[in-house]
Amino acid sequence: MSGPAIGADATAPVSAAAPDSAAAPVIDRATMEVDIACVGFGPAMGGFLTTLTREWTAHPDDPAFASKVAPGMPLQVLCYERADDIAAGVSGIVTSARGIRASFPDLDATEIPMATPIAEERVLYLLDPIGASRRSFALRVGDTLLRGFGGLLGVKDSAFELAWTPGFLHKHGGLLLSIGQFNQWVGSQLMATGLVQIWPGTPVCTPIFAAETGKQRYSVQGIRLADQGVDRTGAPADGFMAGMDVHAPLTVVGDGPVGAVGQALDQRIGMPPGHAQNEWALGMKMVVELPEDTPLKPGTVWHTFGFPEPEIFGFLYVHPGRLVSVGIFVPSWMGDPERTTYRYLQHYIQHPALWRYLKDGTLRSWGAKSLQESGKHGEPFLTGDGFARIGEGSGSTNMLTNSGVDEAWTTGVQLADAVVELLRAEKPFTQENLFATYVARRHASWLEREADEAKNARNGFHGGLVRGMIGMALAGLTHGKLSLGGTIPSAQQQIHPFSPRKVSGVKALEAELLAEDARVGGRPLHDALMTARGWPEIELDGRLLVTQQDALLMGGKVQAMAGFADHVVFRDPHLCAECAEKTCVAMCSGQAITQTAEGAIAFEREKCVHCGACLWNCAHTPFGENTNIDFRAGAGGLHSAEN
Amino acid sequence: MAQALQLVVCAGIVPDPLQTLEPVTGPNGPGLKNEMVLPAVLDPWAACALYEAAQLVAKNPGSKLWLVSLGPKAKLQQVMMTVGQKAVFELIPIDGPIGGFPDAHSTAAALAEAIAALPGFDRERLLLFGGWESATRGAGVTLQLVGERLGITDQFQGVDQITLREDGSFEVLERVEGGRHQVSVCAGTPAVLGWATGNLAEPRNNPQTGMANMRGIMPALQKAKTVALDGNGLRYVSVSLPKQQRETRVEKNMTADEIARELVEWIGAE
Repeated sequence: MSGPAIGADATAPVSAAAPDSAAAPVIDRATMEVDIACVGFGPAMGGFLTTLTREWTAHPDDPAFASKVAPGMPLQVLCYERADDIAAGVSGIVTSARGIRASFPDLDATEIPMATPIAEERVLYLLDPIGASRRSFALRVGDTLLRGFGGLLGVKDSAFELAWTPGFLHKHGGLLLSIGQFNQWVGSQLMATGLVQIWPGTPVCTPIFAAETGKQRYSVQGIRLADQGVDRTGAPADGFMAGMDVHAPLTVVGDGPVGAVGQALDQRIGMPPGHAQNEWALGMKMVVELPEDTPLKPGTVWHTFGFPEPEIFGFLYVHPGRLVSVGIFVPSWMGDPERTTYRYLQHYIQHPALWRYLKDGTLRSWGAKSLQESGKHGEPFLTGDGFARIGEGSGSTNMLTNSGVDEAWTTGVQLADAVVELLRAEKPFTQENLFATYVARRHASWLEREADEAKNARNGFHGGLVRGMIGMALAGLTHGKLSLGGTIPSAQQQIHPFSPRKVSGVKALEAELLAEDARVGGRPLHDALMTARGWPEIELDGRLLVTQQDALLMGGKVQAMAGFADHVVFRDPHLCAECAEKTCVAMCSGQAITQTAEGAIAFEREKCVHCGACLWNCAHTPFGENTNIDFRAGAGGLHSAEN
Repeated sequence: MAQALQLVVCAGIVPDPLQTLEPVTGPNGPGLKNEMVLPAVLDPWAACALYEAAQLVAKNPGSKLWLVSLGPKAKLQQVMMTVGQKAVFELIPIDGPIGGFPDAHSTAAALAEAIAALPGFDRERLLLFGGWESATRGAGVTLQLVGERLGITDQFQGVDQITLREDGSFEVLERVEGGRHQVSVCAGTPAVLGWATGNLAEPRNNPQTGMANMRGIMPALQKAKTVALDGNGLRYVSVSLPKQQRETRVEKNMTADEIARELVEWIGAE
């Protein structure tokens, strides 16, 4: 045989999680056999493939790296990535880089564009210079004191720098990275080995499940690529090409927190007892080019809280070349159904503490992504027969240290070590074997120890910012021994029902009129309510402050490859029309989900950045645990290398 | 009757036009800010040539398609991750500088030398394809110079269609003024065709095609010959960037007439 077995399989897969598969006709699909099929190329998959190829390169004649599916050939390892380019990642991040440096002991940050060692970290509490944010009584008292004694306390530009911050918030010796550039750097090295293949622009729509062999036993036999040449509904159209079935003894799932394969696994298998992915946040940021005379030095890191709303945390990271990543996180525990992000981000960058540095800057790029913030509570079943999960979708993000990339990378490294061990022992990729090697490594590492410490660190935020900060400090300073108790409701239950009488700072009649205007296709309600609550209109300058639609066309341009189906589907459109909250509209990063003049909800694939916010911003669960929004596999999205 | 052709597509790589592109003058002359950081794509007009060539190969069994591309090896590798899924070809990479401003003569010399050295190269069966202009700089001379260096005098530019005939001759449609095509008939190969957009849609990403290509692409990249190209003394006289403030919206229900009317009004108001 000269390569991976490729043939035609006229039978439907044994079991696939595609939503409408039961009613769909059987389609001839090409099939391919590989040894390891990988889904998603991010930091976790970078760690997995880097570690695997390192060991392989060091032992090229090791029979462990001979293909089992294509005798005579080397191990066949393929990775499929949804985005059009492996550089299209979205995140400017600070990381302690323990795992990354362990993989690259001689790492020179200057080799990675936009990367630099962390030079300075500050934590700022931002006062509200506008007076429009919803602050609790406790915060208002604190703000009054800070303003009254500002001169003594060093309050400057409506910002108060914390004189001391606990060690768990610091990333001393770490790196400041652009995830897009980091992924590109890692991916280029991997491809140069010639040992693995990474294919961007190729969304994976579902795992292929084997027939169930017994209770609590699920087996994955590979993956199915998304159909191409279909209309918006997925029906075959011009140039139809059925998505290929890629069969593999091992499927590595690293498609992130909103990936279609990870979702399908969770829906089919469920979560371990007591685990749930209830906490989310939408991170949105801009990459801004600072003026030539900027005093900000590369490696400067600011963390902020308190503005634009108490629930919203922010950051400013200074990259080399006068580039800065500046952004905010809007968490699910901000129960306001009219929560929105882009406008809040525009107010955030205009806070005096930031604006003095940013005001003469130029917006180069923009992006957004969902973050799975449940930590250890959100850890799914990490292994099963024929599959293993790594990265953010596997619950690796540490919510105490606000760190995810290095943890994700490390899960990939641990899985690769486990896979090499199993290959050498000629053991199959069963649930037991993967658990005994991969999960055992993970549970014995710093990753698990710190995840346990962080497990309940954020419980307090469901009782407000002050309680949340106390809870974090308690958990952090006692290494998780103490924490505030609390039950975290599902993300859907965290959305408060909309009522015109309960909009803070807006009279019921006005809120009702604004809601009625939005219902007939007028100004979106979240935007109108922000103005009504006292947030000033954004004065666009065409350089840094631009409309949300124009941001889609700058740097982080959005594109949607033709021939794919809509990946956001409203299960029951009538329910959407009747929905009073319409939080999906407010939180849609690209304004791809909008309300029509008839009151219905519409989705435009061409504007979607694949942030996945709609997945956890629907208040309705008419189908059991599933909300009314189905977020499927799709191509395209943000297309910026600077993110 | 099918003909066994030798098809060579010369295709450079260019910074992804969807990125924020900012002209700057660097130590090597005109360029773009952070050019090595920006993702690259196959030059769009040359990409059309590649898809047309792939279709000719599919229709003419025994034919062979080479893709000759000059650029930084790391960038070529990145571009091949996508292009490699769209058409079956053999890559002939030449490791050279990035950018659209190296001297066209020295670029053409490197390309012609690589083509002449192709295993089994038969100039008499050659159809040399490329783009009639480039997204980096629309000078449109490199392909013609490559043809001259290979001694090919039948050259066509702005090509949208080629139709092979059974006697070995072929008909070419070239764009001319007024939205029309000039129809030419060429007695046979060799010939140079600088493609406009052609008539083919961009092929789907095909994993099987990617697998087949990648077995050759990575070894070829590892063996890529490095060339140094001459500068040409060009400099930016002035640079202006488009305004970033737009009034963007996606319209799906407007008729072509309505869109045209609004565009005319908008242009008139500028």
